[in-house]
Amino acid sequence: MGRLNRVALGLAALTAGVFALRRARPPRVNGDRAGDRWLTVTINRPPADVQPGGALPAPLDRFGDRLESRVLPAPGNRGTELAVRLKETLPALVTSVPARLMGKDPRQEVRTALRDAKALLEAGEVMRPDTPPTTHHTPAGKVVGLLSRRSGGEGVL
Amino acid sequence: MKALCWEGVNKLSVERVPDPELRNDQDMIVRLIAGTTCGSDLHLIGGYIPAMRAGDVIGHEFLGEVVETGPGVRRHKAGDRVVVCSFVGCGRCWYCANDLWSLCDNTNTNPGIGQALFGYEAGGIFGYSHAMGGLRGSHAEYVRVPFADYGAFAVPEGIDDTSALFVSDSVPTGWMGADLAGVKPGDVVAVWGCGAVGQMAARAAILLGAERVISIDRLPERLAMTEKHIGSETIDYTSTDVAAELRERTGGRGPDVCIEAVGMEAHSDGPMHLYDQAKQQLRLQTDRPTAVRQAIHACRKAGTVFILGVFAGAVDKFPLGAVINKGLTVRGAQQHGQRYIPMLLERIEAGEIQPSHLATHTLSLDQAPTAYDMFKHKKDGCVRAVIRPGP
Ligand SMILES: NC(=O)c1ccc[n+]([C@@H]2O[C@H](COP(=O)([O-])OP(=O)(O)OC[C@H]3O[C@@H](n4cnc5c(N)ncnc54)[C@H](O)[C@@H]3O)[C@@H](O)[C@H]2O)c1
Ligand SMILES: [Zn+2]
Ligand SMILES: [Zn+2]
Repeated sequence: MGRLNRVALGLAALTAGVFALRRARPPRVNGDRAGDRWLTVTINRPPADVQPGGALPAPLDRFGDRLESRVLPAPGNRGTELAVRLKETLPALVTSVPARLMGKDPRQEVRTALRDAKALLEAGEVMRPDTPPTTHHTPAGKVVGLLSRRSGGEGVL
Repeated sequence: MKALCWEGVNKLSVERVPDPELRNDQDMIVRLIAGTTCGSDLHLIGGYIPAMRAGDVIGHEFLGEVVETGPGVRRHKAGDRVVVCSFVGCGRCWYCANDLWSLCDNTNTNPGIGQALFGYEAGGIFGYSHAMGGLRGSHAEYVRVPFADYGAFAVPEGIDDTSALFVSDSVPTGWMGADLAGVKPGDVVAVWGCGAVGQMAARAAILLGAERVISIDRLPERLAMTEKHIGSETIDYTSTDVAAELRERTGGRGPDVCIEAVGMEAHSDGPMHLYDQAKQQLRLQTDRPTAVRQAIHACRKAGTVFILGVFAGAVDKFPLGAVINKGLTVRGAQQHGQRYIPMLLERIEAGEIQPSHLATHTLSLDQAPTAYDMFKHKKDGCVRAVIRPGP
């Protein structure tokens, strides 16, 4: 197999993985659709730090009452489990793979904010990537660039 | 500034790239004193690590001088000579707090890619693909070091540049293999691979009290170096049946601990090699696990196999039957350098670990592609090619 094919195949597999193509959706059962799942992280800080005065930590606070949340002490002294979910029902079009590729799925923004909240509480800052990501613009490189830009809002958490 | 860039499979070139800048308060900028080639780089140069992008600066094992610190950096100041751990850890997530630094939750800025590949992403590492965060590598004149208070360590004056350089990656990796495999006095330890990582694992096993340490490779100069500088016995796997030889040297039991320091491009002479290579090229498996298979077979009942070699995806013909029926513990990790570096610097000062012999060649940054060509093809006995950007 040629080198180009090797790279192309690898990229296709990676893209499919990052935007995990979800199974055809069964009729809606509460909490059973991928889009309805709570997005959740464990933060290595006590619950009082995670929810100062009962409010959501920055930058999640900017979603106001669009989010519902759950805060629980994590077992085994692991800190605090923080889960959030958008209250609004999202139309299928908005959560489709093309919409996610374009970064238009609002859950991507929530997921990024959730991760950022964790990083701010634990490490005091959100580590930013180096810039510019590259000075070369090849077609395969652009795919990796797109995956990188979206990957903060994608994933299993 | 000048930097060594990955331009495609087996294509490296020295290019001009923008200077790094402080991007976070806890960052600092380091001027490179020296960097070095690592076996892990070969996997990404060869196209076996996904999510590389043309123009990516590679390199992750390095020593430098601090030139600029962000307002959040407390432990370092301009002018300090520092060795920097190849993995970046925030120091305060649960993984860092539990000394599992390469698993840091907050340093891989592309978590979605890592989660697609592995379920959960690994921490960030310098110059090692966008799946591992896409941070720029260290084969350059300058590099940005995030969470500098946790990942950079001042080098005591008594330690020379070359010895300190390897404390960034190969020395702690080897130490971690022996430590987390639970090597203890009286053990017989076998190590696959006599590269820098394997040699440092063998040295760590000796220092942790192993009764016998046996290192396995095929390159005569590396076998000789391992005997002379590490004090390990050796086996040339091309001239003998490794499993039989290990059985004979261990009273028929097999080694208590087997450490694999070869990785996904393992070599072998048998028919399995052609099979593995063909499957790898067709993407039916991503990695060639020859040494892992051998280690699992050779290990004594209820022994431990520790995988230090890097693997990226799925392997074929994994001897799961041996794992379950012999009651083995199989473990692996990317290195948790921050856990060991201060102790390792002390051991180097005390002369217990002497890694400078690993630096078989020294080249300039302009010659970095040649350095990698020598290292990849093990030309002229190359074990580690040191790359010095400065005059
Ligand atoms: N876990 C970590 O954090 C970490 C850190 C650094 C390197 N690594 C990995 O460790 C591995 C070794 O790194 P290195 O820098 O020493 O590389 P290297 O290329 O210098 O050494 C690998 C050695 O393995 C030998 N080898 C090949 N096939 C073999 C076989 N079937 N049996 C025995 N030996 C065999 C080669 O002859 C070579 O001497 C690589 O996979 C690298 O990616 C892991
Ligand atoms: Zn390395
Ligand atoms: Zn961390």
